[in-house]
Amino acid sequence: MLEITPTHYLVLSAGLFMIGVIGVMVRRNIIIIFMSIELMLNAVNVNLAAFSQQWQHVTGQVFAVFVIAVAAAEAAVGLGIILAFYRNKETVNIDEMNVMRW
Amino acid sequence: MAEAIVFYGLAALILGFAVLVISTRNTVHSALYLVVNFLLVAMLYVMLGAEFLAAIQVLVYAGGIVVLYLFVVMLVNLKRPPETHQDPRRQTRLGLALASALLAELAAIIVYSATGESAPAATAAAAAGADIAGGNVEQIGMLLYTNYLIPFEVASMLLLVAMIGAIVLAKREL
Amino acid sequence: MVDAIVIPLLKIVILLNAVLVAVSYLVLLERKVIAFVQSRLGPMRVGPHGILQPIADAVKLMTKEDITPARADRWVFTAAPIMVMVPALIVFAVIPFGPEVELFGRSVPLYITDINIGLLYIVSVASLGVYGIILGGWASNSKYPLLSSLRASAQLISYEVAVTMTLVSMILMAGTLSMVGIVESQRDASLWFIFAQPVAFAIFFIGGLAETNRAPFDMPEAEQELTGGFHTEYSGMRFALFFLAEYANMIVISSVATTLFLGGYLRPFPGVEGLAFLDLIPAWSWFVLKTFVFLYVFLWIRATLPRYRYDQLMRLGWKVLIPIAIGNVVVTGVAKVLL
Repeated sequence: MLEITPTHYLVLSAGLFMIGVIGVMVRRNIIIIFMSIELMLNAVNVNLAAFSQQWQHVTGQVFAVFVIAVAAAEAAVGLGIILAFYRNKETVNIDEMNVMRW
Repeated sequence: MAEAIVFYGLAALILGFAVLVISTRNTVHSALYLVVNFLLVAMLYVMLGAEFLAAIQVLVYAGGIVVLYLFVVMLVNLKRPPETHQDPRRQTRLGLALASALLAELAAIIVYSATGESAPAATAAAAAGADIAGGNVEQIGMLLYTNYLIPFEVASMLLLVAMIGAIVLAKREL
Repeated sequence: MVDAIVIPLLKIVILLNAVLVAVSYLVLLERKVIAFVQSRLGPMRVGPHGILQPIADAVKLMTKEDITPARADRWVFTAAPIMVMVPALIVFAVIPFGPEVELFGRSVPLYITDINIGLLYIVSVASLGVYGIILGGWASNSKYPLLSSLRASAQLISYEVAVTMTLVSMILMAGTLSMVGIVESQRDASLWFIFAQPVAFAIFFIGGLAETNRAPFDMPEAEQELTGGFHTEYSGMRFALFFLAEYANMIVISSVATTLFLGGYLRPFPGVEGLAFLDLIPAWSWFVLKTFVFLYVFLWIRATLPRYRYDQLMRLGWKVLIPIAIGNVVVTGVAKVLL
């Protein structure tokens, strides 16, 4: 237990990912759901960095940089959608987002 | 020994703050816990020898994305809390059940792989991979602008499109 | 043991104290400089020429009643001043005040650490300062602080883009992210980078004024329209932390500008042999002198220029500074490849 191997990081990352999944499944506030998605993306990045260390090669970190870029794009567009939706229905509850147009 | 203490401490804090993010009622507090979580993950990256990733994590996630979340939380000035209504279809319980199923699956995979043969030693892999000299930043830069040039350009296009999309969505009239 | 733990700890303690003293005297300096610009005397009562004024201010602020508004978010309200102050202080970890010096038979570098992502570290830590401002305004549960904090953070984020773009062109010039490496590359080039990158310097300085919320970009603290800014509801020591953080950030911007553009701890004209007698002056005093010049210009501008309007400020940031900064990066890159 005292020697930290990549497996330890993978278990941590699995735990973080699970918490993200639970957040998406259980919460109904769409902003919290977005935050949970960020948590999951972070878990993926921890994985990539751990593999990068195991194989002594930075490709994993390059992928993590791409993941961060995609997360930034996702956050910008997603929050734009939330704002546009809020302007029309005055709510951020995901259960009330049940029409395709209004 | 020291590495183990730091790792277990960081891991406990990361998981704890992640639980706080999804369990807090107040959205602003959630965002704050998220920032702390990201900073702790950045420390984990430093432990893994990925300094560049750690700096980018702090700069983009903590300094950029969560600020955006805070802006939206403050703009979306809710008169009623979003989750006070009844949950008619019991989706919360269903979600919890599905999540615990996934947890069981992941636990099974971990137990299975832990009892199997261990991962190949890093030394063998090091010979195959560590052909690029220089520090962490130089290595990532080298790979980004040679092997991964096209994904890099695609990522920049993605960011451009996201920027335009966000402006179109958020602006009332153009 | 001594080299690994005691000396770094000592350096951190000395540096933190030096920065805090410098910050409190910067406040006095600002009052004096503005007073002289306006043909006044400034603080004169406490000590000769008001030299003990910072101590009197500190005593006053610490003994004032510490008020938390009703219905404020207690935890966030308490944490916000700390979240502003901490990033401003930990940036100093990578700033090189001087080269290695001999002290009591040991060679001690005059910086806390020299990491190979130094400049990136500065940018990322500085980007965390915005939280204290947003949350301080939000947690006060009051209209004007909230408006002001939204303004402040929008301003900070916009100008951060321009400043970071100029830093990219500086990285192209130096070929390294380490702060010591950047200073040494100016020694190798026998050229302060301000002469090679005047455009980047101008943008960095304007962006620095905006990022520290200083005049002429002190919109977040516009007393006339916002009753004082995001820290309206704060009093006593918590207000003092916001106040000190602003001045600590001025010192941060000045010392980063010194390191990047004015050769850090190098003497003037580092390549000219005939001026070698200037090396008799300790290297760190060159650093302090250059930083002081920047701070003086900050105060001078505050006393001279009127405040920008908010839309003018945003237009300047997005439509002027950022395009010029990106163009500067392109020109620098092309020149680097061709030369």
